[in-house]
Amino acid sequence: MDDRRWKKRGVFLVLYLVFAILPVYWMVNMSFKTNEEILSLFSFWPRHFTWDNYKVIFTDASWYSGYINSMIYVAINTVVSLLVALPAAYAFSRYQFLGDKHVFFWLLTNRMTPPAVFLLPFFQLYTTLGLMDTHIAVALAHLVFNVPLAVWILEGFMSGVPREIDETAYLDGYTFPRFFLTIFIPLIKAGVGVAAFFCFMFSWVELLMARTLTSVNAKPIVAVMTRTVSASGMDWGVLAAAGVLTIVPGAIVIWFVRHYIAKGFAMGRV
Amino acid sequence: MKPVNQKAWLLILPVVVCVAFSAILPLMTVVNYSVQDIISPERRVFVGTEWFKSVMRDDDLQGALLRQIGFSVSVLLVEIPLGILLALSMPAKGWKASAVLVLVAISLLIPWNVVGTIWQIYGRTDIGLFGAALARLGFDYSYTGHAAHAWLTVLLMDVWHWTPLVALLCYAGLRAIPDAYYQAASIDGASKFAVFRYIQLPKLRGVLMIAVLLRFMDSFMIYTEPFVLTGGGPGNATTFLSQYLTQKAVGQFDLGPAAAFSLIYFLIILLLCFVLYNWMQRVGTADKEPGHG
Repeated sequence: MDDRRWKKRGVFLVLYLVFAILPVYWMVNMSFKTNEEILSLFSFWPRHFTWDNYKVIFTDASWYSGYINSMIYVAINTVVSLLVALPAAYAFSRYQFLGDKHVFFWLLTNRMTPPAVFLLPFFQLYTTLGLMDTHIAVALAHLVFNVPLAVWILEGFMSGVPREIDETAYLDGYTFPRFFLTIFIPLIKAGVGVAAFFCFMFSWVELLMARTLTSVNAKPIVAVMTRTVSASGMDWGVLAAAGVLTIVPGAIVIWFVRHYIAKGFAMGRV
Repeated sequence: MKPVNQKAWLLILPVVVCVAFSAILPLMTVVNYSVQDIISPERRVFVGTEWFKSVMRDDDLQGALLRQIGFSVSVLLVEIPLGILLALSMPAKGWKASAVLVLVAISLLIPWNVVGTIWQIYGRTDIGLFGAALARLGFDYSYTGHAAHAWLTVLLMDVWHWTPLVALLCYAGLRAIPDAYYQAASIDGASKFAVFRYIQLPKLRGVLMIAVLLRFMDSFMIYTEPFVLTGGGPGNATTFLSQYLTQKAVGQFDLGPAAAFSLIYFLIILLLCFVLYNWMQRVGTADKEPGHG
């Protein structure tokens, strides 16, 4: 009875994994085909295996600069998010102060607000400041959802560290900055890694703000991908290759944070 | 209890400044626009609540709101049970557990427009596996032609994209149940269903509530995936709230109505946030185990 039940679950799991992987596989498969083959021959693997689509991306500046632009603003955003979130998360996990619960709630509302709501004022704000079409504009705009997320995740991890450690360190004569940098941060290494991963991820996958705040100089890859219609019709092969390349960074890093993914998505509450 | 220390404000000051710059300032601008008719940058007229009234009566907006609610409810009805089932079927330990975990999570980490692109390709009847398979089976499938097909494809795409989130949260919740519970159940001779109904489900209540609210709110602001896949069409079958708002704000540059609409949208979200926050606080304090995670 038990055995049969487990088999049923195994079958379900395999079916789900096939459902989950096939669309991705199909894109990878397509990225190694020529456009002629994509449009003429329907096959599960490339008959005329080619790297040409990837070559296009790595040699055409309008493509690869999209990746570079994305990397720049994602990096700025991740670093700034973590730097401001670390002390704040410590404050939330260790002390009570006037309005602490309200500020924490306010942060959550920013994680949940649809980017579309902020779109119009951001457009005006960054035009006024002369920041349109810069990496800084996108990095700053993405802070609105990444800083709250980082604070929530880090607070979850920090609350797992017993408060006695802080107290002992202060008794031993550590100042706050020294204690924080040399003792506390090493203790929550995993949390910092997970927070960095999620900041990276959410900034990397966002399209609406990144597309609206940039036009040429800071155009991110996600926006470049929305225009692959050339004179000869849709360039499917290159589009697929570009898609595959956007998945690669996440797919590599995910292995390191696999046990914490749930905690990250639930903002430290699992 | 945590000690009271007002100096902690100094530690959260950078966060408050950062987020205020990119949240309160824009929000005030929206409030400002929502009560004015901006004819040109120099000529603006105070119109009071007129935009709010006209937006509330706007048929297109009501249509988008209804579609949005219908979509979000469907998302929950499919993804929550499927996610629980998936979490129950995932292996608990060993390399298999790690491998399954990574495979399941991969769709969560794909940029949202690439998710759209993947399904755009996958669903085409000429070059996509899914579309071609349906066509081979005799369906007249076209996500760009039929409203119902477009809607169902967007739903299927969301299920593919986000069910793993529900599964991962439940999986984490299941791992937190002590073995003693299962031993007690097997001594009592409880069936698998009884174990699920009386041990696992109650223990999952907290994470499930988070999953429900996160999925509801995130699906409530879905934009990129349908934008890439269907562009909101055919007609406006897949035009949800964010899409509609973006069309109004950036496409037609109707500042007043778009701002009024933004505020209404924001208030709906605020209400949902309040519920979510209280649930999260309760989960955070009720089942906090040291060393977990």
